[in-house]
Amino acid sequence: MLGGGLLLFLYALAIFAGFISPYDYVRQDHDRFFHPPTWPKISGFHVAIPRYEHLPGDCVYRRDPGDSVPLHFFVHGDAYRLLGLIPFSIHLFGTGNDNYPVYLLGTDQYGRDILSRLLYGSEISLSIGIIGIVISFTLGLLIGGISGYFGGPTDNVIMRWCELIMSVPTLYMVIALRNTFPANISSAQVYGIIIIIYSFIRWAGMARVIRGMTLSLCEQPFVLAARAMGQSHLKIIVRHILPNTFSYVIVAATLSVPYYILGEVDLSYLGVGIQEPSASWGLMLNAAQNTEYMKNYPWLLAPGVAIFITVLAFNFLGDGLRDAADTKA
Amino acid sequence: MNLLEIKDLKLDFGRGTDAARAVDGISLTIATGETVCLVGESGCGKSVTALSIARLVPAPPANYVGGEILLNGRDTLKMSTRELQEIRGGVVSYVFQDPGASLNPVFRIGNQIKESLKLHRPEQANDAEVIRLLKLVGIPAPESRIRNYPFEMSGGMQQRVMIAMALASEPKLLVADEPTTALDVTIQAQILDLLRDLKKRLGMAILLITHNLGIVGDIADRVAVMYGGQVVELASAGDLLRRPLHPYTKALMNSVPKLRGDTDRLSAIPGNVPRIGNFPPGCRFAPRCPIAKPECSDKIPELVEVEPAHWVRCPFWK
Repeated sequence: MLGGGLLLFLYALAIFAGFISPYDYVRQDHDRFFHPPTWPKISGFHVAIPRYEHLPGDCVYRRDPGDSVPLHFFVHGDAYRLLGLIPFSIHLFGTGNDNYPVYLLGTDQYGRDILSRLLYGSEISLSIGIIGIVISFTLGLLIGGISGYFGGPTDNVIMRWCELIMSVPTLYMVIALRNTFPANISSAQVYGIIIIIYSFIRWAGMARVIRGMTLSLCEQPFVLAARAMGQSHLKIIVRHILPNTFSYVIVAATLSVPYYILGEVDLSYLGVGIQEPSASWGLMLNAAQNTEYMKNYPWLLAPGVAIFITVLAFNFLGDGLRDAADTKA
Repeated sequence: MNLLEIKDLKLDFGRGTDAARAVDGISLTIATGETVCLVGESGCGKSVTALSIARLVPAPPANYVGGEILLNGRDTLKMSTRELQEIRGGVVSYVFQDPGASLNPVFRIGNQIKESLKLHRPEQANDAEVIRLLKLVGIPAPESRIRNYPFEMSGGMQQRVMIAMALASEPKLLVADEPTTALDVTIQAQILDLLRDLKKRLGMAILLITHNLGIVGDIADRVAVMYGGQVVELASAGDLLRRPLHPYTKALMNSVPKLRGDTDRLSAIPGNVPRIGNFPPGCRFAPRCPIAKPECSDKIPELVEVEPAHWVRCPFWK
């Protein structure tokens, strides 16, 4: 329940990223690299954003609570497209004054607002799991169902092929496949490639399990009844056998979304995933590799926290669904 | 022309040296509108014979070795997959033993009946027709029942739904494979009444598989008694029940418990049903037969018409 609620919240944030984030994800503030998180000042019912004074030195700032402007809701700011369609420029909150910026999670080495990048990055990082699951589970269900239903040589060929795919260490395979594409392609293309690569690796494990379940379901009289009705093989698999595996599939799907999220993080962290200036959680963590940065600007690790929370939420949800679906456990 | 003509059907499980003959030269005919019972102990090949009619025994492991199954004059053993899918449901429908497991647990029963309609009568695949079918098989308040899942119904109701599914395609032959075995005695009678009533109203033939001789007297026109993959006695139901000729049939009838009489123990046929592929030489019933003679083990006796329309596979039937 907690996991499900949290995920709904996270996905809502991702869908309305443009509206909730106070700035555009590529907007650079050349005066404020490594700006620390802005602590709002609360006086009575008003929230005010204090001014941070840039001290002499590299990137040292001092909070000045005496000099502040009120925080406004629904302010005009950078243009974006609401839900990716409607041109819009109103943001949930902001000061409307460039001298008093709201950087709730600070800025990175290029002076970009980390909260905004985190929200825009969640569009990529969270959707990659869902799309990946849809592709790999469709493949896994169909291929596993066919393998288990027909049995014999068909089964043998498909299962040996699955084992071949599963026996190659995933990360090497992913990087090898990634390198078959040119390095300087756009982020949108990389996004698609990551999904496809991971889906085409992960369907194999799914297919194996579904094949096993199909074998046992084929013994059920209702499969014989469907055949006796004159139903075709493919329809028996899709309509009669596979729906009976869904209680397992839904749980397995939920529990494997994190692999895709982490997969994108891995690749982006290693520099072969999403490219600057696009935002993704892995890419943002990539910037925090440097120990010097980690010590002085710990807010760069915010995407790590986001990943942690998301993965944990998916696992909670998966566990909860498993308990609900399987009364034996 | 007979609706169904099985001629010398032989079916093995496995191939080569592992081959075990489950059905060994079965011949059986069913005329339009006739009810034929197939009786025998578990493992004698009744169900395999019945499933073979629409070639539903998966091959491999099964292997149709020989014979013909003429359904409406066409040999189902020579049909293409597409033709088979048409006659399954279209000409012959099946009702199985365990209705709870024969209905797909994740679909509403209305949709399952509709699936059969979509396959064979697509122009009538609508709720009204489903409701008509449910009414036909005697389900009360069918309007609300079509949205039920199978687990929400009792065993008797589930079997009625199975029958409605089988009838949806308007078959000429209904094969009921022990349709009442998994049900309560009181429900058994209802289901049999239903089958008899439907047969009368729709004019279809029924092949009923059972090991319950009480059912035979109740519903059958003709009876075939099977033992070890062969028909050992074939006669009209009245003849067979009144005057069984084959020693196996006699033994089978003796083991039906009688309410009257002072027997303390229930009688049983001594020994076990031979395993398929491991039949004794000669007459397959000889090792358990009370009147067996040494020559019984020499060769398999022929099925002979000893009286008009009464066939027996035993030379010592007198």
